[in-house]
Amino acid sequence: MVLSHDHVHQLESESIFLMREVAAQFERPVLLFSGGKDSILMVHLARKAFAPARIPFTLVHIDTGHNFPETLEFRDRLVDETGSTLHVGLVQDSIDSGRVKEEEGPNPSRNGLQTVTLLDTLAELKADVARGGGRRDEEKARAKERFFSHRDRFGQWDPKNQRPELWNLFNGRRNPGEHFRAFPLSNWTEMDVWQYIADEEIPMPSLYFSHQRNVVERDGVLLAESEFNQLMPGESWDERTIRFRTIGDATCTGATESTAATLEDIIAEVAAARQTERGGRSDDKRSEAAMEDRKKQGYF
Amino acid sequence: MDLLRFSTAGSVDDGKSTLIGRLLYDTKSIFEDQLEAVEDASTRRGEGYVNLALLTDGLRAEREQDITIDVAYRYFATPKRKFIIADTPGHIQYTRNMVTGASTAELAIILIDARNGVLTQSKRHGFISSLLGIPHILVAINKMDLVDWSEEAFDQIAAEYTEFAEKLGVDDLSFIPISALLGDNVVDSSENMPWYKGSTLLHYLEHVNVGAHRNLVDFRFPVQYVIRPDQDYRGYAGRISSGTIRPGEEIVVLPSRKSTTVASIETFDGALEEATAGDSVSITTTEELDISRGDMIVRPGNLPNADTEIDATICWTSDEPMQPNTQYWLRQTTRETKAFISQIVYKIDVDTLHRDEVSQFELNDIGRVHLTTASPIFFDRYAMNRETGSFILIDPHTQNTVAAGMIRSAVRSVEDLPAAEPETDIRPVSPDVVWEAWNIELAERERRNGHKAAVIWFTGLSGSGKSSIARELERRLWNAGTQTMLLDGDQVRHGLNGDLGFTPEDRTENIRRIGELSSLFFRQGAFVLCTFVSPFQADRERARELLPEGRFVEVFVDTPLEECEKRDVKGLYERARRGEIAHMTGISSPYEVPENPEIRLETVGRGLDEVVAELMVRLRDLGVTA
Repeated sequence: MVLSHDHVHQLESESIFLMREVAAQFERPVLLFSGGKDSILMVHLARKAFAPARIPFTLVHIDTGHNFPETLEFRDRLVDETGSTLHVGLVQDSIDSGRVKEEEGPNPSRNGLQTVTLLDTLAELKADVARGGGRRDEEKARAKERFFSHRDRFGQWDPKNQRPELWNLFNGRRNPGEHFRAFPLSNWTEMDVWQYIADEEIPMPSLYFSHQRNVVERDGVLLAESEFNQLMPGESWDERTIRFRTIGDATCTGATESTAATLEDIIAEVAAARQTERGGRSDDKRSEAAMEDRKKQGYF
Repeated sequence: MDLLRFSTAGSVDDGKSTLIGRLLYDTKSIFEDQLEAVEDASTRRGEGYVNLALLTDGLRAEREQDITIDVAYRYFATPKRKFIIADTPGHIQYTRNMVTGASTAELAIILIDARNGVLTQSKRHGFISSLLGIPHILVAINKMDLVDWSEEAFDQIAAEYTEFAEKLGVDDLSFIPISALLGDNVVDSSENMPWYKGSTLLHYLEHVNVGAHRNLVDFRFPVQYVIRPDQDYRGYAGRISSGTIRPGEEIVVLPSRKSTTVASIETFDGALEEATAGDSVSITTTEELDISRGDMIVRPGNLPNADTEIDATICWTSDEPMQPNTQYWLRQTTRETKAFISQIVYKIDVDTLHRDEVSQFELNDIGRVHLTTASPIFFDRYAMNRETGSFILIDPHTQNTVAAGMIRSAVRSVEDLPAAEPETDIRPVSPDVVWEAWNIELAERERRNGHKAAVIWFTGLSGSGKSSIARELERRLWNAGTQTMLLDGDQVRHGLNGDLGFTPEDRTENIRRIGELSSLFFRQGAFVLCTFVSPFQADRERARELLPEGRFVEVFVDTPLEECEKRDVKGLYERARRGEIAHMTGISSPYEVPENPEIRLETVGRGLDEVVAELMVRLRDLGVTA
């Protein structure tokens, strides 16, 4: 057997290199696991990077409490299969302890609150690096992100003053109290991810595939029926054929109408898509630089 | 499908963002919501057009100031290839970002505005691209619509840039006339430029040979991480920098130099029959050796350099200037060691390519330095191997990456330009003589002597003062502990060259032998002082060519003929005027004044001490004496 050198396998090799580089340069790495396809891909690549050993770090799930049940089932099964350890940081705990205050109004999002829970959890685990599944093609601020992204003692990102990253030389040196975010999937696009998933036959949560679900259209976003999404006056649930292009907090992840039921269908759909995958995310629509602003605070 | 990483450098004015926007748009890589967002933002900003730069300039500060500050990565794919664009700013204050973007690129697109022709900026982009070893350079001559689609304008720019690029040693240089705004020759062929028969920009990007520069010969495997699930298994994980490897092959581990054999090459998906450059694998060995991160696995017959003295070109990437006595962390492959900059050789003005002497580097400065590392690093020249020839320097206090470096060679000797080694010179050789390298290399001799070897060639009319100056200089150097040798006409004419007269042919042969002789003394490590009238430029040049660049110093002792004749220490001029000496330089034989001597000394009205003092300062400035 020899390795394929097509573009997804070049990306695979690069990501495995990054996975190992993180393990070598840091003492207490964690992997941020959201239950979405990118974090499932991260776990898959981590297994490849360290086989036959087990994944040498904890998976961390920052849980807003607003989950799709399918996500949690899938998460727990994956943890079992890979023999990894999972640490769950609950946004509810941050609310209960008064560290954050729930947003008021009809559509409270816990998205922004996650940052505090995330930073508290990293501090609790004494993590010096958190791997995230962020990709540069997702969003314009992420296009500027480094593979090894420095965070100051307050967990903040300074986009104007990032360390230059040249060749395959990654500088993870840090002073006490500082930490890093590492993004091994930086160079993947949504299409690459799906092509690779199909190629490697990586199991994915059912949410990504077409199914019937009650949704309500609000500000151009299709929100799914759940205990966390309440109808506003004048709205009603409407059953449609949908799937999710991204999976996150149920209150802000929008569905897309789709009949794509297989990986091949999804790839064909992504190829023809005229909307970005985050186009369904109401959290990004809050302002032109919403992502940059959240990232500066310490967001994923 | 394969993958091409390319960089673009330029500013909004060159049409760079328009070109990227056009490529993304025409390959359907811009989504409707992205375009809407850009349209909204353009309207909000009161711009009368859709500002495609807003697609790539993602940071708030960039959008506020309308400039690209940081490298942005963009992605698109066609059915043929996936592309990663490192979009970098073009202004000189962002040189470090350009260097960053170029470091992983296989191709650089340099944009030239057809109306403006070749600007300093276009040359700078070419220089940085070639410095970073990008194998393909594509010059997109943009805004052809604004020069009436003129073939002549295109040809003129292409010719001018080709001439410039020859100095850089670019392997593959192409030119395409485009209009990014209107789309001509970007994706589709231009109807406005029927005279252009070449490929469109996208066609070129889809078909340019990728991976051709990958080094598949020299096997280098920097150990990145040791996988050890239990006592029985040890896998040395890493990504192959260059070359190929198969199970059963003999390997050597650096720095221990212990040998063993590859037992298996493993991946999660199974064992491999062969692994090549770019593959992330883990290697197991037949014998248990102590191997850890930072070690390098290589083949016994093909070792990299291992040294603590490095000659490198660096780009300073930090706002904090270089600190002379700081010990930085040097990271190269997976190895890290302390290092300091032992010498700044020169700084390159990236716009003029002039070399300047400086005492430190500041942000964006590029130049050549010597580094000393605490423990040896294993490397190849950057030109041969981008992976093992590159390094970064890290500030030990801020932990920031302060410099990016490309290794030229080991410092081995204090030689400035090893390319000019005389061994490769084409000189007449005796039959059946095979050239053998010097048994003890010059570098070793120089290390023991504690100074550089050099040839100082004094030329000037008879009586100009060459010998007096050289003798005084030799005495001073000798007293300071320098191994010196002084050759003058009288000595060689009495022995080695006793068979030669003063005809032009004999003078040429005289100087040829002296050149060879001084080269031998030079090889012995000496500081050689030659004082010969040596009236012919060509003869002096031949003597110069025998030595590495920077080691031959031509000193023109510039004393006018009248003054020499007045001094006439040996009475030669008087005899020549009487016709007793044929071929007297200056009287009956010409003296060719040196065109570009390293040093020109005037002697009229000056004392010997003053002249020698000046000479010593000049030699120190040239770096031949300490």
